[in-house]
Amino acid sequence: MDKEFAARRRRDLIIAALLAAIAAATPLFVKDVVVQNILILTLMYAGLSQSWNILSGYCGQISLGHALYFGLGAYTTELLFTKFGVLPWFGMLAGGVVSALIAMGLGYPFFRLRGHYYVIATIVIAEIGLLLFHNWEWAGAAMGITIPIRGDSWLKFQFLRTKLPYFYFALALCCLAWFVTWWLENSKWGFWWRAVKDNPDAAESLGVDVFNSKMGAAAVSAFLVAVGGSFYAQFVSYIDPESVMGFQFSLLMALPAVLGGIGTLWGPVLGAAILIPLTELTRFKFGGSGRGVDLIVYGTLIVLISLALPRGLLSLFSRPKKTGAVR
Amino acid sequence: MGLLYGLIAVGLALIFGLMDVTNFAHGEFLMIAMYLSFFLFAFFAIDPLLSAPLVAAALFIFGAVVYLLIVRFAMRAKANAGMVQIFTTFGLAIVMRGLAQFFFTPDYRSIPHSWLGGKTISIGGIFLPEPQLVGALVSILAFAGLYFFIHRTDFGRALEATREDPGAVALVGIDKNRVFAFGWGLGAALVGLAGAIMASFFYIYPDVGASFALIAYVTVALGGFGSVFGAFAGGIIVGLVEATTALVLPPSLKSVGIYAVYLLVVFIRPRGLFGSI
Repeated sequence: MDKEFAARRRRDLIIAALLAAIAAATPLFVKDVVVQNILILTLMYAGLSQSWNILSGYCGQISLGHALYFGLGAYTTELLFTKFGVLPWFGMLAGGVVSALIAMGLGYPFFRLRGHYYVIATIVIAEIGLLLFHNWEWAGAAMGITIPIRGDSWLKFQFLRTKLPYFYFALALCCLAWFVTWWLENSKWGFWWRAVKDNPDAAESLGVDVFNSKMGAAAVSAFLVAVGGSFYAQFVSYIDPESVMGFQFSLLMALPAVLGGIGTLWGPVLGAAILIPLTELTRFKFGGSGRGVDLIVYGTLIVLISLALPRGLLSLFSRPKKTGAVR
Repeated sequence: MGLLYGLIAVGLALIFGLMDVTNFAHGEFLMIAMYLSFFLFAFFAIDPLLSAPLVAAALFIFGAVVYLLIVRFAMRAKANAGMVQIFTTFGLAIVMRGLAQFFFTPDYRSIPHSWLGGKTISIGGIFLPEPQLVGALVSILAFAGLYFFIHRTDFGRALEATREDPGAVALVGIDKNRVFAFGWGLGAALVGLAGAIMASFFYIYPDVGASFALIAYVTVALGGFGSVFGAFAGGIIVGLVEATTALVLPPSLKSVGIYAVYLLVVFIRPRGLFGSI
């Protein structure tokens, strides 16, 4: 590893710490509940997108079915809580583990597929999950689960009078996902993933364990997304299949990363910071009409940005490399 | 019903399957076609069956314009071409849904009495709904036409050659954009045909496309990319599987059977049944 690279990694870490500190201080100045809500969602999607980016960006296995893991996290937590009284903190871990295991189980057949066949398979499996939960009586079927209100407590991770704890948890999740990415980027896995993404056949011939690196990426990615799902369930305190496992979540996780720069450390954060407030504001401003103006604005933005900046917004900042850098 | 899926899928088979361009707005093309034939019926009292050629022609122009204005640039992206295509066409789908909501309102509409709607025909003691039957016929014709077109005409060969190697075809004097714009037009015209026929027996609303689009992708992928016959076979299999699933599972789970069969097929044959790419 050359010096320049090590310096860049240190700089990334310092910037992240500064940004996290600034973010942590915002609730001191921002008291408006609507704005706090947008901030929480932004942080959550930044974390989710960062997790999605591990499998789809770094390892190059574009998944449009991550809503499955998001929904599994939410459902595991709430089923354990409402049916067995298990505290959401344990449910969160359980959801993560369940999702990671399922992601690995699915990896066996899925990672043989390439290109469109793989992408369609990820969409289809999430859709199957959605339909099954729709018809699963014990899990509330289409009615969903309403999380019983037991008053504010950290133990039950439930707060009615204030949104601040949710804000700090979303921030922590976002930081965790960022740190995991930062750490993995420079590990053996990170290098393997990029090799697998660029040319799986060449990587295999050089001794990279292609299959297991995909599995590793899938497990980490699914675990973090499921924790995000558990958080979301506690945050909105009502879940049904459509609202936690719908196709739109798969896209909402992917969009910030694509917008900011897929397969980059800062892309998802940057993308979420721009996209989510914009989405929420257009919905807030035009959504009430019921005439789809918010959809028109939002869709146009997506088309323009993906056409204008195929590498994402980060490509605006990167200078042409002079030497053969590591990345 | 299977051939109906086939009819929706045939246009996609051309765009997604043969030209290898992702089109996530395919369902919205269908929606536009259904609205077109609805308005032709509402204002000029033209039966959907008669207006089908008109709708197909309109969609042809629409498809070609979409290619020239948007998709052409998405394909030019040097980095992440696949993602750019997915998100550009997906953004387009959202815009189209939004526009439909804006101009046509989210109300459900239907064509109350058309030549086909609600009638059945008896063949050898089996009662078949007429619209589905016509849909099936048109679908078979469309597939046969497309097959002939791709394998027997110069244009079909030019299309396949362009997908294989755009640089080389430029050397022999084929204009890539003209070929692909025509291909997009044709694909859109075929889905226009499907929309016109379906308009006479389906509710028409801005989100109608979404429910058919995923099944259309699965149909094309099941048959295998790059094969017209594959998409046709895919359509029939999807229809049969759906009907069988509906017998054993509650109706709301009928799509699960289709998805499960898709997964099963690609696990055994990672390139679909008849796929070449």
